[in-house]
Amino acid sequence: MEINALYYLIPSLIMFACGVYGFITRRNMIAMLISLELMLNSVDMNFVVFNRFLFPGQMEGMFFTLFAIAIAAAETALAIAIVVNVYRANNDIDVRDICKMKF
Amino acid sequence: MATSAILILAIPLLMFLFLGLTGKYMPHRYAGILGTLGMGITLILAYTVAFQYFFSGNPEFIDADGNRLQHIVFNYEWLNFYDNLSIHLGFLLDPISAMMLVVITTISFMVHLYSNGYMRDHHGVWETGFQRFYAFLSLFSFSMLGLVVATNIFQMYIFWELVGASSYLLIGFYYTKPSAVSASKKAFIVTRFADLGFLIGILVLSFYTGFFDFTALTSVPVDGLADTYSVSAGTAEGIRSIFENSAAPMFMGASVLTWALVLIFMGGMGKSAMMPLHIWLPDAMEGPTPVSALIHAATMVVAGVYLVARLFPLYLMETAALDIITVVGALTALYAAMVACTQIDIKRVLAFSTISQIAFMMVSLGVTRIDHSTALGHEVHEGLGYMASMFHLFTHAMFKALLFLGAGALIHAIGSNDYTAMHGLRKYMPVTHITFLVGCLAIAGIIPFAGFFSKDEILTACFGHSAVWAIWMALVAGLTAFYMFRLYFLIFWWKEHKIHEGHHAPHDQPWTMTLPLVILAVVSVIAGFVPFGSLVTWNGHPITGDGFLANLQNLNWGVAAMSLAIAVIAIIIATVMYKKENTIPEKMRAALPNLWRWCHHRFYWDELYQFITHRIIFGLVCRPIAWFDRHIIDGTMDALADVTNKTSCAIRGFQSGNVHMYVWIYLIGAVLLGAVTMICVL
Amino acid sequence: MESLGSIITYVVIVLAIVVFSILAVTTRKILRAATYLLFALFATAAVYFKLDYEFLGGVQIAVYAGGIVVLVVFAILLTTHPGSNSERLASRSRRLGLVAGLAAFAAGAYSLISRCELLAPAPEMSNPDMDKIGTALLGSDHFQYLLPFEAVSVLLLACIIGGVVVARKR
Repeated sequence: MEINALYYLIPSLIMFACGVYGFITRRNMIAMLISLELMLNSVDMNFVVFNRFLFPGQMEGMFFTLFAIAIAAAETALAIAIVVNVYRANNDIDVRDICKMKF
Repeated sequence: MATSAILILAIPLLMFLFLGLTGKYMPHRYAGILGTLGMGITLILAYTVAFQYFFSGNPEFIDADGNRLQHIVFNYEWLNFYDNLSIHLGFLLDPISAMMLVVITTISFMVHLYSNGYMRDHHGVWETGFQRFYAFLSLFSFSMLGLVVATNIFQMYIFWELVGASSYLLIGFYYTKPSAVSASKKAFIVTRFADLGFLIGILVLSFYTGFFDFTALTSVPVDGLADTYSVSAGTAEGIRSIFENSAAPMFMGASVLTWALVLIFMGGMGKSAMMPLHIWLPDAMEGPTPVSALIHAATMVVAGVYLVARLFPLYLMETAALDIITVVGALTALYAAMVACTQIDIKRVLAFSTISQIAFMMVSLGVTRIDHSTALGHEVHEGLGYMASMFHLFTHAMFKALLFLGAGALIHAIGSNDYTAMHGLRKYMPVTHITFLVGCLAIAGIIPFAGFFSKDEILTACFGHSAVWAIWMALVAGLTAFYMFRLYFLIFWWKEHKIHEGHHAPHDQPWTMTLPLVILAVVSVIAGFVPFGSLVTWNGHPITGDGFLANLQNLNWGVAAMSLAIAVIAIIIATVMYKKENTIPEKMRAALPNLWRWCHHRFYWDELYQFITHRIIFGLVCRPIAWFDRHIIDGTMDALADVTNKTSCAIRGFQSGNVHMYVWIYLIGAVLLGAVTMICVL
Repeated sequence: MESLGSIITYVVIVLAIVVFSILAVTTRKILRAATYLLFALFATAAVYFKLDYEFLGGVQIAVYAGGIVVLVVFAILLTTHPGSNSERLASRSRRLGLVAGLAAFAAGAYSLISRCELLAPAPEMSNPDMDKIGTALLGSDHFQYLLPFEAVSVLLLACIIGGVVVARKR
């Protein structure tokens, strides 16, 4: 059996679809955040796979993933700060309860 | 010298800034004392500078042949646009600027002193904004001094606008009074309109010659001036060729030089209230009386005369422009004198008298030629008119300031501008009475008062040019004597008032007000003996001796006798008509109803302007433009704002705050975008 | 041909990815979801190792597994009442989610399969060594990444400050 790029891309795609499903269905903000991380992670994986199979001599995909990880860390930290703050204000983190600042 | 010159300009400016910024926080009295003190120091410095210039015999100021030279004390480059175009700020000393320094500082100091008394009522309550008043006075003094010492025409223009602005501020000093506000606006707009011509004139002149400098502009046009202006022969030759090459182009039948000079004269017409731009000056009397004395009688309004005198060699080159000046001046002189005979408001009478007297100066400049001529059999010195004009400027400043300050004292005592409220005041206010009488005698031209000499020189110069203008101006001089004595008799005689008796009887004013009156009266008596012929001439060559009696010795007695006779006759007529209450004035009015009505309504000039501005300009031009602005331009903007607003209201439902909805919208958008991309790729 | 060991490793990794991803979004206990996420991230790291990106795999474990998941767990402990399950999903919402997920999957799968060059076997490649990575990360030439590196450091600083500002007690 020859393992080609598709063998890695399909699981990554499944991971992404799971992320989409979770992001749409969950009401808990942290659960949505987890789904978001899944999607982001699958995209990172895609970069690495493309780099490995299509441009083996270079490192762009890898570095992209590297920076994406750093940014994901930053984004998560901020998101969690916001979640904690919302929890303080609303005493729960249901995403349906944070529409006070609409319009 | 340079230090004094800088200080002359700096002290009033600093005083303006200081009083303007901190005046509110200091007691009224100190603001007045401070302003007066500052002006006093400026006065001493200016006198020192003028004295050095005229009498020190320094070779920088006077050459071996006794010619007075132009001397630039300092000249800083202020703006440098490129090599050939830079604007300087400097201090130019020559006979007329030194003379103007004396005039401005003298009158300004008197007015500063006088205002200490005038700007408070009988109970000692200070006028609101007293400190502001002094700040503005300082600003005006600074601007006027900067104007007269300008080394180039652009500096002059800058200060020209500054005096306009300070005049605006001072006319509108009582800004709670609607009439004062509209008067200040009128003055500002009319003079601004005239200054438009001035600016175009400057631009045309400097475009064709490439100079702003007065030295370069005036040293060359007429032969033999280069020495006076300390310009070397080579430079003079260069400038002359520029002039000959550039002043030749014609436009609508006149050379561009003529156009430039006429346009520059238009600026002078605005400031000096020549017909038809005179309409602002009578209204400017809404300002406090000391302001009228300083700005609208003695200094700012003669700026137009000064401007023509400053550029006089250029005007000599284009005598067409001089002819225009003569005609405008002569018409204005007669017009203003006629109107002055019928006014009731004493300040208005004085205002029209000012217009008429400035017109005298203009005519005097306009008739000046440098060829030899004779008047009634006597030879007329070349350039006599120029000297006479400056002489009259000097003497007129003194006695007209005196008359205005006297009028101020009367108004302050009576509380009204109408002579009908005065009558018979001579017993109550003896000092004011005597000084006012001196002023009237001076302006009427009775020997030996100042006005006699200067007016006589003007008439002589007119005779030298053309007998028609000379007789015309002699008649105006007679009218002058008549209306001034009409005013004098109506104020101080006519009938004895009984209502003034008792506690509220009018009386002479405090010393701060009477002292300037007395000083100016003394000056008005002796100013005629100043040997102007040896001090102030158009090219620096003295035309008479310099003794104290030089003016008397050089009189053209034929002309003098004629003008004196006319003045005396006019005074006698005025005495008959107005000394005692009688019906002659009523009969005169009934005999000439139309003439009287036209004069009384100032020949309906204001109505004419009203018609032109309101009916024609506002009605036919401004209203359609306003409509366009309001409905088309504003309408477009309103419509844009409306559409934006409505759209926002309509779509703001999208911002529901429901994150899942956002996700769905995003997802659908992403899918659609992907689909589009896919279709395009396939 | 791949060796058998390689194939077995591959199958295990893929199974882990698929199973833990699905579990992470379907479980009703939020702490468990975080744990499944952790395993899915580990499996991703394993993919990186398998593709010879050892440095990247290390970063994945250290930052994602070690940092982000710990943060998430802290947040969960701070904001969740102990023992509570999230409510059962309405069937409509689940169906919508499924449709969306499957649509995403289908679109992705179609676009992948329609590119036949992806079916080529893996070319020979060695693990990029730390020397090269370090030089590329801190160099300013072509294909070197000093500027993004610095930008990310500033971003992290901004993020720290932002986190403090947002979460601090007023």
